[in-house]
Amino acid sequence: MTDPTTEPDTGAPRGEPVADATTEPAPELETAEPEPTGPSPLGEVAAELFARLEEELGDGIVDRAENHGTLIVRVRPEVWSQVARVARTRLECDYLSFVSGIDWLPAPKESDDGDGDTSSPAQPTEQTVGVTGGDTRFQVFGHVQSTRRHWGVTFKADVSDNAPEVGSWVPVYPGADWHERECWEMYGINFEGHPAMRKLYLPHEFEGNPARKDFPLLARVVKPWPGLVDVEPMPGEADDEAAPTPVGGDA
Amino acid sequence: MSTTNPPEETMPDIEIDPRDLRHLADAQMNVELDTGDMILNLGPQHPATHGTLRVVVRLDGERVISADPVIGYMHRGYEKLTEFRTYPQITTLINRIDWLSSFANEVPFIDGAEKLMGVTAPPRAQYIRTMLTELSRIATFVLFLGEMSLQVGGITPAFFGFRDREHILNLIESATGGRFHPNFNRIGGIKDDLPWGWLSETRSAMQKVLDSCDDFEDLVAGNEIFQARTRSIGIIPGDLGATYGVSGSNLRASGVDWDLRRDGAPYLVYPELDFKVWTHPDGDSYARYMVRLQETRESARMVVQMLDQIPEGPIMAKVPRIIKVPEGEVWVETENPLGQMGYYIVSKGGTGPFRVKIRSASFSNVSILPWLLRGVYVPDVITILASLYFILGDIDR
Repeated sequence: MTDPTTEPDTGAPRGEPVADATTEPAPELETAEPEPTGPSPLGEVAAELFARLEEELGDGIVDRAENHGTLIVRVRPEVWSQVARVARTRLECDYLSFVSGIDWLPAPKESDDGDGDTSSPAQPTEQTVGVTGGDTRFQVFGHVQSTRRHWGVTFKADVSDNAPEVGSWVPVYPGADWHERECWEMYGINFEGHPAMRKLYLPHEFEGNPARKDFPLLARVVKPWPGLVDVEPMPGEADDEAAPTPVGGDA
Repeated sequence: MSTTNPPEETMPDIEIDPRDLRHLADAQMNVELDTGDMILNLGPQHPATHGTLRVVVRLDGERVISADPVIGYMHRGYEKLTEFRTYPQITTLINRIDWLSSFANEVPFIDGAEKLMGVTAPPRAQYIRTMLTELSRIATFVLFLGEMSLQVGGITPAFFGFRDREHILNLIESATGGRFHPNFNRIGGIKDDLPWGWLSETRSAMQKVLDSCDDFEDLVAGNEIFQARTRSIGIIPGDLGATYGVSGSNLRASGVDWDLRRDGAPYLVYPELDFKVWTHPDGDSYARYMVRLQETRESARMVVQMLDQIPEGPIMAKVPRIIKVPEGEVWVETENPLGQMGYYIVSKGGTGPFRVKIRSASFSNVSILPWLLRGVYVPDVITILASLYFILGDIDR
């Protein structure tokens, strides 16, 4: 195990995140409450998983929650690659489900929704941070599972807005290769230690990160969403005299 | 095994009439008998790839040195598009992820939205969903059982596969109105009840499926040529496959006894059904064929069980006319025909999701190809691709 190496790791860059270290106990106290209130059978599993994680990662864990039966653990970005190793060995999670990113920035508001038009979703206007919270615009999250013990954990980590980067999971889970390449090209989040970071879906010369919230959906720019309209008026509809009545309409 | 390329060695800086180049290359080839590597583009229009997968293979003679799958020819950006759709509109999109088993795609997404809303579909709706999911699985697998034979030169079973899939598609069409893209799930239930006579028709169709599974076992799996082409070819070790995210029948064929219908969070009516999870210890192409063959039979038996057990009652729970999903996150996963299908839905309380991570099975199943194809012969590449059984829409999303 890499405990001795990671303890200095989380300790060394302590110069900056001292403020974080002081704010850390507060969410710990908050999240300690839901555990006794929800003694469901899966809660025991999640509690055991979290105990093992806490033993290995210590203060690398920022927050945790049990959400619809899934344990979500938010960790510091510095321990992201160590998380994979701990999950594979201590949590017996041998199966990688996915690794991806999320952009918490509210999307630019689309033109005049509301007014009873339910054909286009209303976009949120303020930034929220999800179940286990978050301090930054971008997060990476991944899900690993155990094929033998039939449990799974979702991990999250904040990454910085300017140079989003975390460690790679490829050395532990080789299947993370494509997931991380997709996350890199879609969100611009770099995975340090990835063996061959290059475009997966997009053409090589493509610029920009299409899945970011500030990257417009081009189809909507070219042609705005029409809203609730019938493409062709029903025969006999009285309220559009200007439109020519279709052949075969009512006489 | 030399990797030097003769023309590059002889070409630099000298003024040579281009017409002499070929002669020079030939001359050197004759002198040294140097076997250079060849790069072969398999696809994007190769019939064995079920769509537009391109595999760039570097060959030394007939042996693959390295293989690099190039995907994205069909990338439609569904994860982005979901952020611009309402929940009822999204089922239309996700029908087109894995287009052979569209109904099975809808189930986890609707399930996730229902979990966030705190809505539970009535038992009859759950039964109909489960039946249609299993019918999708049968339709997907019988096509595989026939097509797999096509890749090793046996043409007739492919027609059997299409014939048997037709029985199932007719059932799906008569229940949902759509052959390929049912778009039948609603948040809180399903759109319509089953038509008259559907249950008895399904029962007889399941008998046909079971009969044709026997045919496939004799005709394909028992065939000497088929066995010679698939046994101990393309072996995936179970533990390595799991770290690559290979799931479903592909992983069970490697001896990993893991089926989300039985082992995952309970969904649909699978806890009420009695079924066996089939595994195979070998992990080769033949094992993947046999596992899918047995799972087809198992699914047919499950459908018959459900035909006996299906309760009467409503098919829709009470939901508001305008679907608004409360703020929250949920991870839902189901055992789809091709493997683990999952959605990580993040809602901010509106009529549409904030972020949907679509975890599709084929994406991870295919990501093991660079490892798996190293060192195999070119004809085996085709059988390995066929036995992994991926859908391009499921890779590219």
